Amino acid sequence: MSTPVTAGTAVERPYEIVVGLEVHVELTTESKIFCSCPTRFGAEPNSQVCPVCLGLPGTLPVLNRRALEQAVRAALALNCRIQPVAKFDRKNYHYPDLVKGYQISQYDLPVGYEGWLEVGDPANPRRIRIRRVHLEEDTGKSLHDQAPGASVVDYNRSGIPLLEIVSEPDIRSAEEARDYLMHLRQVMLYTGVSDARMEEGSLRVDCNVSVRPRGSDVFGTITEIKNLNSFRSVVRAIEYEAQRQWEVLSAGGTLRRETRHWDERREVTVALRRKEEAHDYRYFPDPDLLPVPLPADWVEEIRASLPELPGARRRRYVLDLDLSVRDADTLVGDPGLAGYFEDLLAAGAEARAAASWVLTQVLAWLNAQGAGIDAFPVPPARLARLLRLVDEGTISMTAAKDVFEEMVRTGAEPDAVVEARGLRQISDQAALLEIVDRVLAANPQPVADYRAGRQQALGFLVGQVMKETRGRANPQLVNDLLRQRLSSDG
Amino acid sequence: MTDRPLTELGVVETAEAVRRGRLRAEEVTRAHLDRIAAVDGRIRAFLHVTGEAALARAREIDEAVRRGADPGPLAGVPVAVKDNICTRGVPTTAASRMLQGFVPPYDATVIERLNAAGAIIIGKTNLDEFAMGSSTEHSAFQVTANPWDESRVPGGSSGGSAAAVAAGEAPAALGTDTGGSIRLPAAFCGVTGLKPTYGRVSRYGAIAFASSLDQIGPFARDARDTARLLAVLAGYDQRDSTSAQEPTADYEGALTGDVRGLKIGLPAEYFGEGVDSRVAQAVREAVAVLKDAGAQVVEVSLPYTSYTLPVYHLVATAEASSNLARYDGVRYGHRTSRRVTSHGDLIARSRGEGFGPEVKLRIILGTFALSAGYYDQYYGKAQQVRRLIKDDFERVLAQVDLLATPTAPTVAFPIGERADDPMAMYMADICTTGANLAGLPALSIPCGFLDGLPVGLQLIGRPFDEATLLRAADAYQRLTDHHLRRPALAAAGAAGGGA
Ligand SMILES: [Zn+2]
Repeated sequence: MSTPVTAGTAVERPYEIVVGLEVHVELTTESKIFCSCPTRFGAEPNSQVCPVCLGLPGTLPVLNRRALEQAVRAALALNCRIQPVAKFDRKNYHYPDLVKGYQISQYDLPVGYEGWLEVGDPANPRRIRIRRVHLEEDTGKSLHDQAPGASVVDYNRSGIPLLEIVSEPDIRSAEEARDYLMHLRQVMLYTGVSDARMEEGSLRVDCNVSVRPRGSDVFGTITEIKNLNSFRSVVRAIEYEAQRQWEVLSAGGTLRRETRHWDERREVTVALRRKEEAHDYRYFPDPDLLPVPLPADWVEEIRASLPELPGARRRRYVLDLDLSVRDADTLVGDPGLAGYFEDLLAAGAEARAAASWVLTQVLAWLNAQGAGIDAFPVPPARLARLLRLVDEGTISMTAAKDVFEEMVRTGAEPDAVVEARGLRQISDQAALLEIVDRVLAANPQPVADYRAGRQQALGFLVGQVMKETRGRANPQLVNDLLRQRLSSDG
Repeated sequence: MTDRPLTELGVVETAEAVRRGRLRAEEVTRAHLDRIAAVDGRIRAFLHVTGEAALARAREIDEAVRRGADPGPLAGVPVAVKDNICTRGVPTTAASRMLQGFVPPYDATVIERLNAAGAIIIGKTNLDEFAMGSSTEHSAFQVTANPWDESRVPGGSSGGSAAAVAAGEAPAALGTDTGGSIRLPAAFCGVTGLKPTYGRVSRYGAIAFASSLDQIGPFARDARDTARLLAVLAGYDQRDSTSAQEPTADYEGALTGDVRGLKIGLPAEYFGEGVDSRVAQAVREAVAVLKDAGAQVVEVSLPYTSYTLPVYHLVATAEASSNLARYDGVRYGHRTSRRVTSHGDLIARSRGEGFGPEVKLRIILGTFALSAGYYDQYYGKAQQVRRLIKDDFERVLAQVDLLATPTAPTVAFPIGERADDPMAMYMADICTTGANLAGLPALSIPCGFLDGLPVGLQLIGRPFDEATLLRAADAYQRLTDHHLRRPALAAAGAAGGGA
């Protein structure tokens, strides 16, 4: 889970990293934002296009209300305030993948603003402020190396609804950036607005990085690293860029406000263009789209329909259920697994035991099968019953693992397996006492050793009792009975 | 009705005759194709004539009538379509080299509606490139002549459509109106042209010039025919977010001939400086006709009138600079044949070769108006003043039912006279841009002649109250005969009769 970053953390550095992230997330609507073309990933190039998303002369955009609803949903989940109207603007620039010569976006009135997302230890979280969340259309995608000497563009992506989420420069380390992205991705998954797959480009990240001497509260010159496509790249790029900036400054040099590209192979950032030379996008309200009111009661309806969000869930797991931060993160990070865990709790399982089972036995099975939780054959109620059998002392933990394997294999009820295989733990004091006495009588030397102060002899005696009972004796009880006998008889 | 040439019949007459089986759509279509063949060499109204397709379509209509079906309220009516309205499978160029050879894979909503009503698309008409102009001289392909005087312009930008209707090449046509582009040529060519309320007719498929001002509308030879066309064109379209849900009216039913009690406002600002006094006089006389018929006439004031032209040019050019950005030579349209070194180079060369000077001028102006540091001063300010202009109209139209003004400050001017003088050319629009900025319906009808050239009367109405405009125009036409006059060309071309 936690990839080790450059050795030695921020504490030892003479400088502080300041990062703001701009994240683009593709929304999972059935159809595009301004036309009715499907949005399926991986289709044949240019098979999901129409006159509107190709920007043919005379065509007009019509807003997909579902995309707007998803945007509001995501913005609410990021604790944003919601604009009373959704207004769209044109961002004008020329690029081969941009069909109209402008992108429909939101400029001065983003649908959501002034939000935040918590990162770090749930007991002592850091709040990263979110400046804005706005809705826009995606562009086509230039395909390089498709045809020699020609550039080819796939417009399937043109017009897919995109959410841009811009943080304030509140992030203070590369690890924290990764943490923020992980939490942000989880919010997208929990609210169902995006599948947020970096490898498919449905989550893309631009980093604004600057450095300053530790203790300073002045912001340094920012460089922007464009289009990072994995959490790992984000971490490495920020680390590299911060170090590079600090070296330039330390050598008495000055930084330029510029856009840089992360060279994945060489693991360096390379200057792309000066920020001062950046486009004047000539934003203005799109006259083809009238502002859409977002009535307060509609917004509240969406807010009420939000599921428990990952931040709240993590807090509950750690603070209320007493799970470790690591276990909580693993569960929360996989909504399916967390859902299964929740079902176990609902079926009466004890939280720590349930988490432990899910994160060891269940996860091991899923990993071995390469399957998701949907394919897991044991219904939560049945697994909860197994945990109860352990908790009540009916079976030992060792036996429980055997039962679990059979349950997974055959779908059997835990009680039936316990009975059929005679795994019920012997917790009958009288019955065990009889066996204990027999073992003591048959092993005078270890008894003498124990009485002479050699504690490890007890282990041998416990083992003998377990052997006699074919592992079914309640180990705690056996321990107690042996100690009792050995001390009283002495 | 067979004693009159078929090219003289109007929309309603034609449609009703075809519906009743008294006239075949095929003969009507053939008559107009003959007429086009006879006169369009001189008028140059059409960029593309869809002869075979039109005849095939006409035969379908006739077949439907034979089967006892009703092909619709425009049964067998040939309609000429401005070439900035997309027609599936038929070249649509916006009179620009940039779109030479572009064949849309879809029909504009208005084309679908015309087809569903039994109309026959007979061809695509000339315009100022991308509808930017007032004379149709800025077409990349040809200059259209005014049928009343072939040495003069037909007005613009829908000059081809207006000239085609005036010359008997089609009884009806579609135009687009961004700052007067239907009304001005209607006035110069002596026909009836209506710019509906913004949002009344779907813009889907009209190649955008200035999205917040553009509106498609009909040309015909009188108010009744115009009403019939509007009824077919008007209505909500889910493909155009700016189209209105507002219910349509019974436009033909509104033509009662009764204008008693109708309050007509004469805005002083439209009769003063810059307007030919003889034109102003002709308009006042036309209003007097309505007054005699029982209308009340009052003098009103629209104090922001002097700002309409500058505000119009800022808003229109700004929107155009963005709307025309898609023509980059990458996916369709003109692409430079010269070697290019980069994508930027490809765009610059393709656009440099594809756009004409007037279009380039407006793109540059609009780009400037939206630029960082100038936005507030120009585009932002223009939008604020636009609001004031709109308020002006709203206030006055609370007191009167409609406004009467000249459509154009002059009659048609000679070809070439203003082609190189943009400011003089823009003055032709001083009476028309206000209705676009305020989104109001407005029409132009002929109300007299000066030196043998038609004078246009403009009526401006309340939002979505096209019915009142048409009622007033129809009442006027019942009492006068300016709309019945035909250019001399028409008499000479009677060979197109066909019957
Ligand atoms: Zn599409």
